[in-house]
Amino acid sequence: MDFKLRVWRQKNRGDKGRFETYEAKGISSEASVLEMLDVVNRGLVAVGKDAIAFDHDCREGICGSCGIVINGGVHGPFEHNTTCELRMRRFSDGDTITIEPFRVRAFPIIKDLVVDRTAFDRIMQAGGYVTVKTGQAPEANNIAVPKKIADEAMDAAQCVGCGACAATCPNGSAMLFVAAKVSQLALLPQGKAERKERVLSMVAQMDKEGFGACSNSYACEAKCPKSVSVSHIARMNREFLRAGFGS
Amino acid sequence: MKLDPRTPSGPIEKRWSTRKFDMKLVNPANRRKYTVIIVGTGLAGSSAAASLAELGYNVECFTFHESARRAHSIAAQGGINAAKNYVNDGDSVWRLFHDTIKGGDYRARESNVYRLAEVSGNIIDQCVAQGVPFAREYGGSLDTRSFGGAQLSRTFYARGQTGQQLLLGAYSALMRNVKNGSVKVHGRKEMLDIIVIDGRARGIVVRDLVTGEVTTHLANAVIMATGGYGNVFYLSTNAVASNVSGLMKAWRKGAYLANPCYTQIHPTCIPVSGDYQSKLTLMSESLRNDGRVWVPKKKGDGRSPELIPESERDYYLERMYPSFGNLVPRDVASRRAKEMCDLGLGVGKTGLSVYLDFGDSIKRLGQPVMAEKYGNLMDMYHEITNEDPYKQPMRIYPAVHYTMGGLWVDYHLQSSIPGLFVAGEANFSDHGANRLGASALMQGLADGYFVLPYTVGDYLADTKFEAVKADAPEVAAGAKEVRVGIDRLMNVNGKVPADDFHRRLGHVMWEKVGMAREKAGLETAISEIQTIRKDFWKDLKVSGSDKDLNQEVEKAGRVADFIDFGELLARDALHREESCGGHFRVEHQTEEGETRRDDQNYAYAAAWQYAGEGAAPLLNKDELSFEYDIPSNRNYK
Ligand SMILES: Cc1cc2nc3c(=O)[nH]c(=O)nc-3n(C[C@H](O)[C@H](O)[C@H](O)COP(=O)(O)OP(=O)(O)OC[C@H]3O[C@@H](n4cnc5c(N)ncnc54)[C@H](O)[C@@H]3O)c2cc1C
Ligand code: FES
Repeated sequence: MDFKLRVWRQKNRGDKGRFETYEAKGISSEASVLEMLDVVNRGLVAVGKDAIAFDHDCREGICGSCGIVINGGVHGPFEHNTTCELRMRRFSDGDTITIEPFRVRAFPIIKDLVVDRTAFDRIMQAGGYVTVKTGQAPEANNIAVPKKIADEAMDAAQCVGCGACAATCPNGSAMLFVAAKVSQLALLPQGKAERKERVLSMVAQMDKEGFGACSNSYACEAKCPKSVSVSHIARMNREFLRAGFGS
Repeated sequence: MKLDPRTPSGPIEKRWSTRKFDMKLVNPANRRKYTVIIVGTGLAGSSAAASLAELGYNVECFTFHESARRAHSIAAQGGINAAKNYVNDGDSVWRLFHDTIKGGDYRARESNVYRLAEVSGNIIDQCVAQGVPFAREYGGSLDTRSFGGAQLSRTFYARGQTGQQLLLGAYSALMRNVKNGSVKVHGRKEMLDIIVIDGRARGIVVRDLVTGEVTTHLANAVIMATGGYGNVFYLSTNAVASNVSGLMKAWRKGAYLANPCYTQIHPTCIPVSGDYQSKLTLMSESLRNDGRVWVPKKKGDGRSPELIPESERDYYLERMYPSFGNLVPRDVASRRAKEMCDLGLGVGKTGLSVYLDFGDSIKRLGQPVMAEKYGNLMDMYHEITNEDPYKQPMRIYPAVHYTMGGLWVDYHLQSSIPGLFVAGEANFSDHGANRLGASALMQGLADGYFVLPYTVGDYLADTKFEAVKADAPEVAAGAKEVRVGIDRLMNVNGKVPADDFHRRLGHVMWEKVGMAREKAGLETAISEIQTIRKDFWKDLKVSGSDKDLNQEVEKAGRVADFIDFGELLARDALHREESCGGHFRVEHQTEEGETRRDDQNYAYAAAWQYAGEGAAPLLNKDELSFEYDIPSNRNYK
């Protein structure tokens, strides 16, 4: 397959950035978008031009490294996939494809398609954990967790931290990311002791990082590669109210 | 140098507790004065960092990833072993010990393996307490499943994302310690050398991947948890950035590399479909619980699988290994799949795959149950191949997956450089010549949570440290060497991207140093690798600048190390005139095509020592002895 690519090039944080056009020729329909970029990059490097920088690693939808906007869609025009999982057979031969970085205030652009998502780490530092030191744990089966609860916690815990929720949200809100963790730990008995401080500090850090507010557009759920449900946002809101009223 | 593995003696079940009791302790009030550098934030690195920080040491963590949570451990699918015996099927520490020793084809140290089995239960406790949402039974207790090489159900799992959940658990502990100021995580920083002063590891040199700046960092001890080297084959199930540079830098500074030829080929991966491909995708081994492997009995049978009647299918694993059936260990399953394809019985367009059929399980359990167990794997397969595994059997083929070899370590996980410790897949310690499924996660977390916190403390307490100044000659020289190395890559100025050399190397490795190895092939491989090295330093092109984020600079450095390492791996394979576990020498097999070990001559770990650029590496032998589990032939029939 042949494609024409319009790719966002930006040297560094301070640079203004611009679109540049490239040809991608003879691409296998089974190749992923990232594998297509590999082919383009090989051509660029061979003639001494700067390769297009993009984050990636596992290339199977789990590490959360990849993440670009393709034809206006976060991780591409479809739902529930990461960029690395998107195969070229989903496009038509001869298509012009526009590729740009996630545009979120809290994710500054580092270069080309690479953004800085360390805001997510700082939100996790604020309370995305259960305080238990190594060696303090009781025998595992002493903590019974009904299957239904464990499954629901797992649904939330699947978040890969790619930032698609924030990138797709009209307000650049990270509610789905934060809610996934708050909800997972609120559901499990292990997380109950710290539930109040957790939700308050994580939300405070999210605001501090410059993420926008949630206006319930629910665009995030549709785009989430792991289909994390917005019902976790509802649970987080309840947790937040509960924490606010004291305990 | 004489290798001292520091293995304890006495009854094996007391060795670890006795050793812990004998260890020196650092006074809690003094711990803050000790800095420990940890390279890597996968399961091994994150768990070690969090645990050492909790003890009070000053911990500095480095990773080339953006965030600790993106380490390759995140991709592990199937599960983690532990000898809990929750299902009353007769599991015990002894049995896990025995399975691991036997699975490793009697090429691992008994003391280490026993300790691993001994702490396995604590790992599950720790992870559950952190909030890892393991799969549960309806009554609320933990669910388990079986994995290849074991006849028991001892594998704990979180759907098909066990590695993700365990890493997020360790990462959350790490983040908590960042918040309270006891750890600093340096993301997008690549370690490019170790600083050794007076024979001890005292720091590292790193390159900032965003600015290109080279800096030095000093410490009292350094832990390497940089993962495995499967990508020396170019195509593997490893994440694309996983590399061997950390190991090679340590090797050139005097740490020994042990058993590089012990590589594991995983039997159930999505087959290769084209040369654009950047990686291979694993379909977790857990699928073999509910899937049956077969090929058509007739050569070149072009019918689609549902049209081939039962009587014309060869369920060859069930036929050859009636007691383990589809759950034989990975090396056996892989070799048999290759053999079937070599016989012309392979399926798919390329003839390089075999079927993994869920038809019977779907009939028995129903699609919803199967979806609950394996949904994400089924979807992943469907997306990649455009074939629906609920409707037609999966097509699978072996691919490089895990590397048992790594830096040589003693019982304390210390390398041959005092003060340099190695954890997780980066060390060679516990799996011998073949790792059992679901045991890598167990080992990474055992090392990080339950071994290093003791052994590193013992080292710190037992060592008198001279203060090292930031401008000491060894420190300045380390930084300079790294800068010179980068300049050398930038200045080749040929026309060929680093990736192309990596691909060429991978091809040689897979064809001649892969699943079946032969003397002549290995010798050709070594000379071909030497040619690739020459071409690399003549034709390499790194475009752009090394003063900003430039992934070509990163790749070029890694490929240079892969080339050197590939040669070492081939040499190790050539020297080991026996077959064991993942190392299969065509010359050494039984009539039935199984591995034939030579315990007389090869019951040792081969620890290779760097002897200078261009010089042949030196072999040191770390002899293995077996007191509890007397080597027998592995028999899975
Ligand atoms: C697809 C797949 C599925 C698997 N499934 C299972 C399973 O079900 N059960 C099981 O037990 N095992 C499984 N394994 C194996 C297991 O995942 C790995 O062996 C294990 O996670 C390795 O962990 P680690 O901490 O040693 O290294 P990694 O997780 O690879 O981490 C390495 C770290 O080192 C850093 N690093 C490396 N070099 C440098 C450098 N030079 N400078 C700075 N940082 C550096 C990286 O950034 C990263 O943080 C699987 C492996 C694969 C590929
Ligand atoms: S590269 Fe890991 S999720 Fe896409």
